[in-house]
Amino acid sequence: MNFRDTFQTSVRGLKTHKSRSFLTILGIVIGITAIIMVMSLGAGAESLILGQIQSIGSKTIAVIPGREPKGPTDFISTFTDSLKQRDLDALSNKANVPHLAKLMPVLFGGETAYYGSETYRPNVFGVTDLFAEIYNIYPSEGRLFGAEEIKSYADVAIIGSEVKKELFGEWENALGKRIKIKGRNFQVIGILGKTGQFSFLNFDQGVIVPYTTAGQYIFGIKYFHRLVVEADSEVNVPVTVEDIKITLRNSHNITDPEKDDFFVQTQADAIKTVGTITTALTAFLTAMAAISLLVGGVGIMNIMLVSVTERTREIGLRKALGATESDILRQFLFEAVILTGIGGVIGIILGFLLSFGVSLVLSRAVLSGWEFSFSIPAAILGLTVSAFIGFVFGIYPAREAGKKDPIEALRYE
Amino acid sequence: MSLIEVKNLKKSYEADGAGTPALQGVNFTVGTGEFVAVMGPSGSGKSTLLHILGFLDRQSTGKYFFEGRAIDEYSDDELALVRNKKMGFVFQTFNLLPRMTALENVELPLVYAGIPERTRRKMAEAAIADVGLAHRLHYESTKLSGGEKQRVAIARALVNDPAVIFADEPTGNLDSESGRQIMEIIRNLNQTHGHTVILITHETYTANYAERVIKLLDGEIVSDEKVAERTTGVSFKK
Repeated sequence: MNFRDTFQTSVRGLKTHKSRSFLTILGIVIGITAIIMVMSLGAGAESLILGQIQSIGSKTIAVIPGREPKGPTDFISTFTDSLKQRDLDALSNKANVPHLAKLMPVLFGGETAYYGSETYRPNVFGVTDLFAEIYNIYPSEGRLFGAEEIKSYADVAIIGSEVKKELFGEWENALGKRIKIKGRNFQVIGILGKTGQFSFLNFDQGVIVPYTTAGQYIFGIKYFHRLVVEADSEVNVPVTVEDIKITLRNSHNITDPEKDDFFVQTQADAIKTVGTITTALTAFLTAMAAISLLVGGVGIMNIMLVSVTERTREIGLRKALGATESDILRQFLFEAVILTGIGGVIGIILGFLLSFGVSLVLSRAVLSGWEFSFSIPAAILGLTVSAFIGFVFGIYPAREAGKKDPIEALRYE
Repeated sequence: MSLIEVKNLKKSYEADGAGTPALQGVNFTVGTGEFVAVMGPSGSGKSTLLHILGFLDRQSTGKYFFEGRAIDEYSDDELALVRNKKMGFVFQTFNLLPRMTALENVELPLVYAGIPERTRRKMAEAAIADVGLAHRLHYESTKLSGGEKQRVAIARALVNDPAVIFADEPTGNLDSESGRQIMEIIRNLNQTHGHTVILITHETYTANYAERVIKLLDGEIVSDEKVAERTTGVSFKK
């Protein structure tokens, strides 16, 4: 019996039991749908986060105080005061870091802001006006603060869209008004448009002030939480990283690199970290979904065994007409594989539609940067896995069918 | 060389340790072109005999030679091949596959023989025409009457041009008129087309279509005689 005839026989067998066939593959459909969704949404999340990191610019380098964390729980080491004004001065020196194009100190922390009877707890960022260029984010109303205002510890603030809404409401004009933070009145000189970004730097909920003011009057510290550097070109990032390290070691009198009290992170590092995290997360969720596939496979085996028993007479007749054991085996094995293959296709389509729907909702409602992504490898994987499950769980029932004694089978009522 | 030769054929079913012998040493030969009826009441072992002769079961002891070769020498796959190429089966309960047309049911043995689709369609159409059902080719098997079903089953049995056709109570589920038609077709297959036919029945008037009647009782042959002279009009009453 050739392949085509076996295939047709199997398809006919499945058609005879349509509703049962459909219910049987439900487990596979759900499993594949889950896998496709997880993989698609995982890829979407990864590309969103990476997109944001990349939008900051691949020339950006962050200098962070403390030892480089050795693991996810090792964050205490970053809370040190090792980055100070002298480092800013040393790095500004062209002779030390020739390819440095921009340098900005960053201080940050949560503080309470008041306007009239309204209060809100924004993230306060102490930066220079360079933040707009570095993060590519500009006020939609008003202006940035300038070098003079930084130098003079001016009480000026640029507020994020969320802060504006919470303190002033939708309609009130905030420009020129004063908000109170740590007992000081800050004049609102700019309002950021909705960045809608889902990032470690949430500017929507941020109040941006000169770093001088932030250090002196808000946080009361004489060090920086971070230094952000931009190299003059992407190619010069590695050499700039090295120059920064040498300069800071000199400035801190460190001879042994093992004893660095700072570390340098490039965008490439950040991308790698995010990639590792999302990949691990996706793999974990996919494994969870795979368990449902396994359950689906057992369901297939169960129903195939019932089917083989029910169709004992058919098997007997086919054998009487000349079917060999392997003809029967292949017929039932094909049924299982076709069944799970169809389940896989339905699952892929469903997973595609659902993750498209979820992406649509996410991009409309929550994360404007979210893009639908559908991976062809995931679809191919899903189809292969489902057919493979049909094979694995179909082989036992199919062998049982093939081994049936024709006479026992014909006698079966 | 006889087509079929059995020597001291015995079969017992081991049920709960107590072996109930279904055949207790049966001897006979069947030549090519013969029309043999095996008669006996239920429990006489006639179905067991048919299953062994039809390569659907194996004997416990004794010898069965088909075309001179002992059944013990065949592997399971070879048995399947012989069933496919040299044997045709007609069952009391028709055993047509539901949701398949008459044509598709008749094609089935040819599918297992590996005959290409176009050829086997022609062969199946011819076989169905032979049993007078050319107008029912594309009827689903479940929509046919009992007599029509059995005729389709006969077409399926002869589509491979087998050496021998085994008919197991072919009229058992039919009304007398349909039964008569079926027996006429079977006799015609034997007389006109020269097919060897082995018919299992417990009814004398069905057995009377045959040239030779073997009577079984309790697993033993009690008589084996040629029907002396065929009466032209076989009476067929139920």
